[in-house]
Amino acid sequence: MGLVAPFVVYPIFLMHALCFALFACAFNLLLGYTGLLSFGHAAFFGAAAYTTGYTVKMMGLGPAAGILAGTVAAMVLGSVFGMLVIRRQGIYFAMITLALAQLVYFFFLQSSFTGGEDGIQGIPRGHFLWIINLGDDRKLYYFVLAIFLVGFVVIHRTIHSPFGQVLNAIRENEPRAVSLGYDVNKYKLQAFVISAALSGLAGATYAIVFTFVTLTSADWHTSGDVVLMTLLGGMGTVFGPIVGAFALVSLQSQLADKVGSFVTVIMGGMFIVCVLLLRNGIVGELSGLYYRVVGRRPD
Amino acid sequence: MNQVFGVPLPALFGQLMLGLVSGCFYAMLSLGLAIIFGMLNIINFAHGALYMMGAVFTWIALEQFGLGYWWALLLVPLVVALFGVVVERTMLHRLYKLDNLYGLLLTFGIALVMEGFFRQRYGVSGLPYSIPDRFAGAFNLGFMFLPKYRAWVIFASLATCFATWFVIERTPMGAYLRAATENPKLVQAFGINVPVMITLTYAIGVGLAGLAGVLAAPATQISPLMGSNLIIVVFAVVVIGGMGSILGSVVTGLALGLIEGLTKVFYSQAANTVVFLIMALVLLVRPSGLFGKER
Repeated sequence: MGLVAPFVVYPIFLMHALCFALFACAFNLLLGYTGLLSFGHAAFFGAAAYTTGYTVKMMGLGPAAGILAGTVAAMVLGSVFGMLVIRRQGIYFAMITLALAQLVYFFFLQSSFTGGEDGIQGIPRGHFLWIINLGDDRKLYYFVLAIFLVGFVVIHRTIHSPFGQVLNAIRENEPRAVSLGYDVNKYKLQAFVISAALSGLAGATYAIVFTFVTLTSADWHTSGDVVLMTLLGGMGTVFGPIVGAFALVSLQSQLADKVGSFVTVIMGGMFIVCVLLLRNGIVGELSGLYYRVVGRRPD
Repeated sequence: MNQVFGVPLPALFGQLMLGLVSGCFYAMLSLGLAIIFGMLNIINFAHGALYMMGAVFTWIALEQFGLGYWWALLLVPLVVALFGVVVERTMLHRLYKLDNLYGLLLTFGIALVMEGFFRQRYGVSGLPYSIPDRFAGAFNLGFMFLPKYRAWVIFASLATCFATWFVIERTPMGAYLRAATENPKLVQAFGINVPVMITLTYAIGVGLAGLAGVLAAPATQISPLMGSNLIIVVFAVVVIGGMGSILGSVVTGLALGLIEGLTKVFYSQAANTVVFLIMALVLLVRPSGLFGKER
């Protein structure tokens, strides 16, 4: 399906959605599988996008090297954030990540290398491995699809590894995990860093696709977007964040011209509906329905 | 001696006073957040939006109903509190048995709806609200001029914080509240209507945000975005102070406002971020917050 899609649908839209799908999957590793709500993930997305934009445009790196640089930057930032944020539990986690992300936002706003309000414009897409011209939207699409799949497999493997099982145990019952002798903070930190790095991968790819980076990518609204994508699709499900990302990105691109800032109202309304009526998300509800019809309980 | 480190004294005091004014808003908002969290176990993300709502309603009261500042000061907090009652009764009360992440997500959604709605209607440019006649002009304190309205804001918010402290710590009603925060089931068993108390608590916390909005209306630009900018700082204040004590919230709020003012004088680039940097520092040194007790 992914292979023929660019011949049917506008490739830029698909790449946009794929970047956010990867972002949401990375976020879900934390919210859905570890039970930690971060309200500052845009910081990693934005930091990677700026790093990629800067290294590719100003330092002449190729797209792949630029994306790698962006991902590493997000990973480093994630380690710093992670070490601060795992010191507090529960609801404070969300407030601290939000505040730290705002710190990063103001840093980008005031630094000279980010171009302040203008952002970094005209990032060259360049050539992958010196031969494949990524200026062509279709070729770039397959490049982005490959990155998405790599990220997705990493997340999938993480969730289904013994490490992922421990994360699940922490989400279900943290004191119990502690009493079983797991160094809970170490696991949380590792999950946080993996999630940050993959969010960075998404942001770095986003910078190459759109050839510009602006402050929007590090804004708290973007953090809110990724929370909604995960919630809407179904947190703690493998495919939920992808469904949520495609749903939200198409909604935003459809509505942005027509209703202006009313989009915010619709997004807020979706949050309310999801929390009150659809807590398992689209994928969660559908699989629940499937098991009810087939008559087997999900394990 | 007119200068400190090359900064003229009137400018220094001027910024300190501005810092104190924003500190008053931090104090009132973090106080409301702490009361709501204590009783509902929910972080009210909509707090900033409700503050914004207070300010915008103050403007609407004057423009559309011809009601001046004093009427707004009386009525707007009540209207905002009433809105809070509706929100609590229709939505929040369904979430008490769930993980408190859902409360945060729901109130975030409410904040987005409110912000988007007001933005759609009134745009992002500031709405003007002139300072009431009674507070026009300034006091000359000899070493600086203190605009009368700012003096009023400081006085009014400190009085409000004191009144809130007094009600919670020194009246029978406050005793019920503290007891219900500690152990709602037991208090319910003694025949006190805990659900009504929860609704009232939310209304009071939200009303405080509305009141802060009214006080802010003549002092700052009224804009639909004023709430979300503020709430993130207030979250950092709450993390720094911890939500354990009322006095702690107020002192932390005021102190951070002053520090922000000082930063504006000496290193203005960091004025937006200093609160977040202090938060990071506090997390390193004293993870549970300055006045906090970990729950």
